[in-house]
Amino acid sequence: MIHLPNYASPLQKFWFYAFRVICGLVFFFLIAPIVVVIPLSFNAEDFFTFTKEMLAFDPAGYSLRHYEDFFTNPDWTGALYNSIRIAPVATLLSVGFGTLAAIGLSQSHVPFKRAIMAILISPMIVPLVISAAGMYFFYSRIGLQGTYWGVVMAHAVLGIPFVIITVTATLVGFDRSLTRAAANLGANPVTTFFRIQMPLILPGIISGGLFAFITSFDEVVVVLFVGSAGQKTLPWQMFTGLREQISPTILAVASIMVLLSIMLLALVEILRRRSERIRGVS
Amino acid sequence: MLIAPLLIFVLITFIFPISDMLFRSVENDIVSDTLPRTVVALESWSAESQEAPDEDVFAAFYTDLYLAQEYKTHTRLGSRLNYQQTGISSMFRKTGRRVKRFDTDVYTDQFEELDAKWADPSYWASLMNNERVQKQLPETASSYTAWRELMVEEGDNPDAETPEDFVYTSLYRDLMHLSENGASVRNADVRTAMNAVSGFESVSLKEQFIDAEDDWADPKYWATIKLYSGNYTPGYFLNAVDMEQTINGAEVKPENERLYGTLFARTIYMSLFIMGCTILLGYPVAFLLANISRRSANMLLILVLLPFWTSLLVRTSAWKVLLQQQGVINDILVWSGLIDEAGRLIMINNQMGTIIAMTHILLPFMILPLYSVMQTIPPSYVRAAKSLGANDWTAFRRVYFPQSIPGIGAGSILVFIMSIGYYITPEIVGGTQGVFISNRIAYHISSSLNWGLASALGAILLAVVLILYWLYDRFVGIDNMKLG
Repeated sequence: MIHLPNYASPLQKFWFYAFRVICGLVFFFLIAPIVVVIPLSFNAEDFFTFTKEMLAFDPAGYSLRHYEDFFTNPDWTGALYNSIRIAPVATLLSVGFGTLAAIGLSQSHVPFKRAIMAILISPMIVPLVISAAGMYFFYSRIGLQGTYWGVVMAHAVLGIPFVIITVTATLVGFDRSLTRAAANLGANPVTTFFRIQMPLILPGIISGGLFAFITSFDEVVVVLFVGSAGQKTLPWQMFTGLREQISPTILAVASIMVLLSIMLLALVEILRRRSERIRGVS
Repeated sequence: MLIAPLLIFVLITFIFPISDMLFRSVENDIVSDTLPRTVVALESWSAESQEAPDEDVFAAFYTDLYLAQEYKTHTRLGSRLNYQQTGISSMFRKTGRRVKRFDTDVYTDQFEELDAKWADPSYWASLMNNERVQKQLPETASSYTAWRELMVEEGDNPDAETPEDFVYTSLYRDLMHLSENGASVRNADVRTAMNAVSGFESVSLKEQFIDAEDDWADPKYWATIKLYSGNYTPGYFLNAVDMEQTINGAEVKPENERLYGTLFARTIYMSLFIMGCTILLGYPVAFLLANISRRSANMLLILVLLPFWTSLLVRTSAWKVLLQQQGVINDILVWSGLIDEAGRLIMINNQMGTIIAMTHILLPFMILPLYSVMQTIPPSYVRAAKSLGANDWTAFRRVYFPQSIPGIGAGSILVFIMSIGYYITPEIVGGTQGVFISNRIAYHISSSLNWGLASALGAILLAVVLILYWLYDRFVGIDNMKLG
């Protein structure tokens, strides 16, 4: 499949190229919708398509006005501020609890390991609308509905499965003799954790944290129900914008978020490769 | 030890909320909380009699409704019962306004005329403190206690106010009962009153109610109240599967009122369709990735991972922009002459919009598991098949494809699980024809406020997802799930 052999029949040749074209089209389908919003976001008009000026590369057809609106309109800046206030705290909670639990689960004799794992992963599996509904009812009862901490806790629990999965993956093949050696040399368990285990699983923790961060930063269903106007996040504002009157500012926001995701993706890839290198897995 | 904090955290923030929701799908204490006396009185009434209940039920209902409208809970009860029997909500609202102006003040006047003591708040308080009197005048005691609670709730002093008409009505009914039974009463005041009540002018509460709203004479509304007087009800679940509870047991709703069966069916067949699309588009890509050099595969993988990392709302808004009638795709088609200006395609706010956008969003979840399975298939097998005389197609069909089936299975379950619970994308690009069951759940929570029905629909959806999750865990294993 890698190379077309010299003796290939015309049909094989045709199929070889046709297959590549099909794959190319699928890649185009995956990427094009994301890429196309970037030039559209510089539109000088309030249209959602390329204007004649834009196609002619006339500078008058382009402008930064939608970006300006994003950074000056209090609706958007307020939403950005809320997102920045919620996501990191939720991430810290998921990473803290999740890492501890992943280490606990990796020990050899854990009773009900499968059941515990199933419970901890369930927030990722249960449809968001159901989680959101349950949280809305229950948090109203205990007075967390519509509060900052309610949203933070809801987002933290949604991020936990990602932390558990990534940290557990780095712990697979972790050489236990290293911790035993450290203990043998007189280190207490806390020192052993921070000086031996932690540096080795750090890439997993960070990429789990990035997943948890993007989960919270991108989450809209739960915050719609659990939050109130005071916790209006960026995705919430986008959702309202898309559902009611769609404003081109959304394209500017979308472009900024695409750049953010490219950065996060690069970071996760680098971490993954680094982790594989230091653990000697390839 | 290390797991405990997280387990507790997940239990409180996630498992309890889900259980709370499941509980709500069967919970039904609103009727017995709001109309406790009526519920008891209705026990002796049977819906099969085809007649409205007797005066005792109406008297209990009078007290309950009087209190309910003071607490403003009668409209809530009305809208709750309206889910089951249309029209009942307006009956409660209308009668709630009238109930304070019923002619029962004749009882109050007659008692006060008989003895001025009956207008004295402190006399009432001391009389109702007597245990023997409480036993002999059970309805009065219950009404009086409820009235005192109401006064305290409103910030008034019950020791300084004369009871309301409904307390006197209960007193009249209790005393009539005693005198008909020829009971002996020790308390002199009560005895005097008992001997006098048979000469009192009386008011029929049944007539008062029917006067306020004709429909109270119709037994079907009473049947609904009786049917939903239990603390738990299967009613929401029946509703969620297009059935209803009637006096003859559960029955399927008439054809034109069925809604959720179609919605569940649509959710499932659209999810299957989306799953099929992702297999169709994902398989060639995964195959290509698994059969080229690792270096190029890593480069191309970025094209798969970028959509995976991009915000869901960004991708949904991109599709909204692209698929619009004045959007980029239609513009290109018009420009290229494939369609004319009038023939712009409608690709959004219908099922097509949902399918296109969700296939795009879920495609990486199909490609990644497929790719990881295909990586483990040794190329030597296909070479062996070919050297044994198989042509390309046979080698693929008989050797390669069967080995890639676990990947298809893993990806399919993953895509299907995610797809049937989707809310945001169908909401934005689905219009009315392309929405899923999740959208209906959200609607019942935030707009129609029928939380019980939302919970029942959610419980059914959750059950489906958990079965699929169990299958996934069994065949793939949750610890084998890979991210990025």
